[in-house]
Amino acid sequence: MRYLGKQEIEDIAIGAALLGTGGGGDPYIGKLMALQAIEEHGPIKLLDPEEVPDEAVIVPSAMMGAPTVMVEKIPSGEEAITAFESLKSNLSTEIYATMPIEAGGVNSLLPFALAARQGLPVIDSDGMGRAFPELQMVTFYLDGLSATPMVLSDEKGNGMVLNTINSVWAERLARGATIEMGGSVMLAIYPMTGEQMKSSSIRNSLSLEENIGRSIREAKEKNYNPVDSVLELTNGYELFQGKVKDINRKTESGFARGTATIEGIHHDKGKELELNFQNEHLMATADGELLCVTPDLIAVLDAETGMPITTEGLRYGARCIVIGMPCDEKWRTEQGIATAGPGYFGYDVNYTPVEQLNEQEGNHDA
Amino acid sequence: MMHNYRIGIDVGGTHTDAVILDQEFNVISETKQQTTTDVSTGIYHAVKEVLDSSNVPKDQINYAMLGTTHCTNAIVERKRLNNVGVIRIGAPATLGIKPLVGVPDDLRNILGQHVHIVRGGHEFDGRTIAELDTEKIYEIAHDLKGKVDSVAITSVFSPVSTEHEYEAYNILQEVLGDDVSLSVSSEIGSVGLLERENATILNAAVVNVARSTADGFINALKKEGVDAKVFFGQNDGTLMSVEYTVKYPILTIACGPTNSIRGASYLTNQSDALVIDVGGTTTDIGVLTGSFPRQSSLAVEIGGVRTNFRMPDITSVGIGGGTIVRENSDGTIKLGPDSVGYQLQEKALVFGGDTVTTTDIVVAKGLAQVGEPSHLSNLSEDFVDQAYRTLVENVEVAIEKMKTSAEPIPVILVGGGSILLPDELEGASVVHRPNNFGVANAIGSAIAQVSGQIERVFALDELGREATIEHAKQLAMNEAINAGASENDLEIVDFEDVPLAYLPGNATKIKAKAAGTLAE
Repeated sequence: MRYLGKQEIEDIAIGAALLGTGGGGDPYIGKLMALQAIEEHGPIKLLDPEEVPDEAVIVPSAMMGAPTVMVEKIPSGEEAITAFESLKSNLSTEIYATMPIEAGGVNSLLPFALAARQGLPVIDSDGMGRAFPELQMVTFYLDGLSATPMVLSDEKGNGMVLNTINSVWAERLARGATIEMGGSVMLAIYPMTGEQMKSSSIRNSLSLEENIGRSIREAKEKNYNPVDSVLELTNGYELFQGKVKDINRKTESGFARGTATIEGIHHDKGKELELNFQNEHLMATADGELLCVTPDLIAVLDAETGMPITTEGLRYGARCIVIGMPCDEKWRTEQGIATAGPGYFGYDVNYTPVEQLNEQEGNHDA
Repeated sequence: MMHNYRIGIDVGGTHTDAVILDQEFNVISETKQQTTTDVSTGIYHAVKEVLDSSNVPKDQINYAMLGTTHCTNAIVERKRLNNVGVIRIGAPATLGIKPLVGVPDDLRNILGQHVHIVRGGHEFDGRTIAELDTEKIYEIAHDLKGKVDSVAITSVFSPVSTEHEYEAYNILQEVLGDDVSLSVSSEIGSVGLLERENATILNAAVVNVARSTADGFINALKKEGVDAKVFFGQNDGTLMSVEYTVKYPILTIACGPTNSIRGASYLTNQSDALVIDVGGTTTDIGVLTGSFPRQSSLAVEIGGVRTNFRMPDITSVGIGGGTIVRENSDGTIKLGPDSVGYQLQEKALVFGGDTVTTTDIVVAKGLAQVGEPSHLSNLSEDFVDQAYRTLVENVEVAIEKMKTSAEPIPVILVGGGSILLPDELEGASVVHRPNNFGVANAIGSAIAQVSGQIERVFALDELGREATIEHAKQLAMNEAINAGASENDLEIVDFEDVPLAYLPGNATKIKAKAAGTLAE
């Protein structure tokens, strides 16, 4: 157990942007909410998963809706509390702690504001180890846990309890309600026991974010290359160094889809990387050769500062380093690949772990 | 014969430049003066010098255009800022991040003395989140009376519905009268509550600075016997009247780079190009598209505050004519980022000083003729070559960053330091070096157009879509004419319509901006 103050939150926000793999929503709003909550209520208690009793009840907290709405209609902070209170009475039990369902993007930070206000601890784990766009793309779903009973709440005080036959229905009904409630709501979702959390969640992802954020910050302060320490922390591979040559975007059924072409520099001179994204960066190929594909993680870092670049932030001429990082083993099962692998996103390649893709080649060292 | 002259002035970090143009925009005289700490003295020197060095009759100078950094400096230095009242309309939403959270503490202490959040605001589709708490607004207005110089009003989704902002505006004006200036967020920024609110608060904070700058400028002109109509440059390359400037002073921020881009466009007759402005300390690179600067799409920080209002997309490299050149222990070259700035004439080797600057390097290379080249005999050829290559490469990397495609594009070099750069640059199809390149920014200020803008929700059912759009464009043009634009070449330079679902009458928000040359 340890306490998180403002500096830790700043670091986690940078790590969250990196594990957001280009999407996940700008962590900025979540960061400021957490900072204000710390100013008003003091530091936040962070628990290692092992410190949580097996029989304790854990309820993750997350936002659902359009990040573009949330940057204008900022949450009141009460939504998440209303959702929690409502789920608590529905379950007729006390809630021991909260956690993010998603490491990466804004959802990685939002549970901290709730925790500070309620005096609840946050558990150092999540349900993705990265960012994904849909509610069923979590390890809890892979392990057969139910997303419901779940509660959606808005800032006006409306709450809605959902009991659905599966997570896909939960996703469908919640999307519709979210629009009626004003485009952005807070969820109390996937209630589970401490035992279930320990076996199903991805552990220590918040500490990983913090370490990533700290190493990028310190690299900047001390003027050394931040990429090496990021690769060491994530067991990642440097896939490519280059500059963005072309970006092709279109918005389809609510997703920002597209490709970016990156022209190689230094040891990648003469090669070209194609990066496919749908909210998140999902597939990287160089001259027709697969380098990394979802559910493994792909992040694009600014070559100078090491700061993560989002899919919207990709601009012609930007010099960047593309890195690939192995996902959690849970995503590498048959069901994991069916849920969030290349086929689900419409890419016609077979999933191969990033380690194999890059060790075969033998020209990039971890 | 009666002529119609104008003075254009641009205040930069190092120099304050001024030009006098005739009605065909020929440069009659130009000057470069040092920018002073108080800014106004430098402006006065430039005005005096440019008048003295020309034979233009003072009564034939009809216009004076000023692009200035007063407001930027006030924010960056946290000096001379107003006592500001901050009102956010949006509760119960938005309480999770109160106004000014995320703003640097020193500024938050100055601007955060009177902060209020009241019920109200709209959803993304124009429905209300809550009714506006007008009683609370009255209460706040009475409380602020006598305590503040200006008030910033921001409502949730005001870019979609301005209703609550203007209701609050009317109440505040009723209680506080005309002495307190009111800044309304929907007139300043776009979607993104915190960034728009920050920009509105900063706007409210520099109202008095803008007012005293305008008064000072008008007085400086009067003192010289010039009775001209005064305009201020804004960051989209158009002019605004003094009344408008005092209301929206934040729009003057970053007008300098915009002026140099517009001036470069005018001097070379190019409408699409990359403009590289090399000053004493930095090189600013902007993109000219359709004769106007390309706007940035990312959040812009001013004095450490995140804002989202329109700004020219500029990348800066820490290389200018006064940049100090050093050799690293491994033999590589380090350029700047520090510069001798306006002390170039004393500190550079070529002028008898003891500091190696980029100017010394280009003189040693034989690419420019200033000062006394014999002072440079101690610089090794190797060192000079390497420093020059580093300098050009750094600028070329920045060029590559700013381009939107791999195609080479025309490059225009302006600014006093542009002698540093060669006639061929990677990524450039051609390199232009216009006459009067040293004062392109002051010229850009002098030739700027006048604009007028409207932003309003229209019910398309009344007139139909086409007729409504025409009507809106006409309203914007009327605004521009009122601001002093000529009817002859008035154009709509910006148009945007956003349909608002859930509102009766097929409501659409239309934003239109018209610009034209100054009426004679």
